[in-house]
Amino acid sequence: MKSHSPYPLYFVLAALALYVTFFIIPSLSGIAYSFTDWSSYSDEVEFIGLDNYRTILSPDENYLSFIGNTLLFTFWTIIIKTVFGLALALLLNEGVRRFVNGYRVLIYLPVILPTLVVALIFRSILDPAAGLLNSFLRGIGLDALALPWLIDPTIALYSVIGVDSWKGIGYIMVILLAGLQTIPKDLYEAAAIDGAGAWAKFRHITLPMLMPALMIVTVLNVLYGLRVFDIVYALTNGGPGYATEVLSTEIFKAFSKGQFGLGTAISSILFLILVVTGYLVIRVMERQTDRE
Amino acid sequence: MPKSLRAPAAHLAAFLASLIMLLPVYLITINALKSSPEASSMSVDLPSELHFENFLIAIEKGKLIGSFLNSLLYATSATVLATLVSAMAAFVMSRHRTRLNRFFYLFLIMGIALPINFFTLTTMMQVTHLINTKIGVIILYAALQVPFSVFLIYGFVDTIPRELDEAAILDGCRPPQLFFLVILPLLKPVLVTAGILNFLNIWNDFMIPLYYLNSSANWPMTLAVYNFFGQYQSSWNLVSADILLTIIPVIIIYLLGQRFIIAGMTSGSVKG
Repeated sequence: MKSHSPYPLYFVLAALALYVTFFIIPSLSGIAYSFTDWSSYSDEVEFIGLDNYRTILSPDENYLSFIGNTLLFTFWTIIIKTVFGLALALLLNEGVRRFVNGYRVLIYLPVILPTLVVALIFRSILDPAAGLLNSFLRGIGLDALALPWLIDPTIALYSVIGVDSWKGIGYIMVILLAGLQTIPKDLYEAAAIDGAGAWAKFRHITLPMLMPALMIVTVLNVLYGLRVFDIVYALTNGGPGYATEVLSTEIFKAFSKGQFGLGTAISSILFLILVVTGYLVIRVMERQTDRE
Repeated sequence: MPKSLRAPAAHLAAFLASLIMLLPVYLITINALKSSPEASSMSVDLPSELHFENFLIAIEKGKLIGSFLNSLLYATSATVLATLVSAMAAFVMSRHRTRLNRFFYLFLIMGIALPINFFTLTTMMQVTHLINTKIGVIILYAALQVPFSVFLIYGFVDTIPRELDEAAILDGCRPPQLFFLVILPLLKPVLVTAGILNFLNIWNDFMIPLYYLNSSANWPMTLAVYNFFGQYQSSWNLVSADILLTIIPVIIIYLLGQRFIIAGMTSGSVKG
């Protein structure tokens, strides 16, 4: 039997070969190249130690603010998507009894649209003069709120966060809704007999039972937020100035400018942030789950 | 709130949320039919007269037929390739849980979290002579879809009884026959889910062609739309028509396959 195993190892090889060739080897050699002056202008690649990292971490350069923007984007999109996603999931699970699937199909729709297309549509909606949002705000008398959403450097990042949240809420809602549907109904009936109110039921039954789904949602959002590219590139391309520049858009700029050594260093920092943040998020959520 | 008002209030809230989510697609649809001056503010008003010629102009000027065929080629080929190699790997790793196979599984799904290093990947594409080629983009897309596909299919393999394998082997099946004739048909639900998700991911992607395709003849629809937008920014009716034609295939697949999509999105996250 051993020589004729029905589960031969060569079945794994094609997937493994694709993955190692186009994922692992580039990632690992990228770390090595981050210590060099590799560029598109010269055939020679020289070892320059930590110089690229010194440039990135120098307060005289803008790279630290790109890291900051990436973290802000990740943090706020998680908060907004989770709060609204949870509210909509509760609404569909408990509030409405009919048309649940219809609502779910519509609310999930933005998730499957190409990010690029969403960004282009919102460039029109957020146009300061003719855009739909500002026309609407002026129409209901809120002229003071009709802001230059993508043009004012102090709010541009939050406009991008808003658009991305709009696109992603349905995704979070669907996962949390599936989580809610696994909670046994008799838990709520027992709590009602004990005289628990709506808030107590939410706090002591829904939230703890939903923890695994919330944990997955947070991890997925962290992974997405730290790597975000399309929505920023197509909405603002990092501008105005560097107000919305995130790590992935800066990596693309380094790529276009031929600064390969510096770019691999930024990529390696992103890699490191992803690993550390992912690990921390899982630890914190696990502790939270234990406490419940 | 009195009980009698609770359901209508909930429906109102859910309806408003649905409306907000639908709004951009509605905007694109009605503005695609307007004249250029009428569409300049991208308002919610209905068009005063219907300009169906916008679609013909967008198709011609936006080179949409070529980019549609490119998108179709990339998404279909890479989806088939990724789903097939992932299913083969997931089947063996799930059935035969040796220490090596467990390591391979964790190693593969680690890719869900890893960022791509585009610089060294460029070198890899050059070394393998895949850069700026259609086949290169297909192979690259397939490779990028492998981690999540393996994760999705691996969980499903467990639901197929092992007795089937044993019976097939006793009947004289070789491993490829066992997999392709017995197992693969039973994996159909998860293959459809993985296939739809992979297809949509690739169809919607914009980053790989931006980095690795410099010849416009090879561009998929997303990149063609972006380029069209750059040229016709002031004609929102044409941009809308171009966008609508790009997202129609996505919306059709979504409406037909939404049960499978949602199954895939929630699997593993809820049942553990």
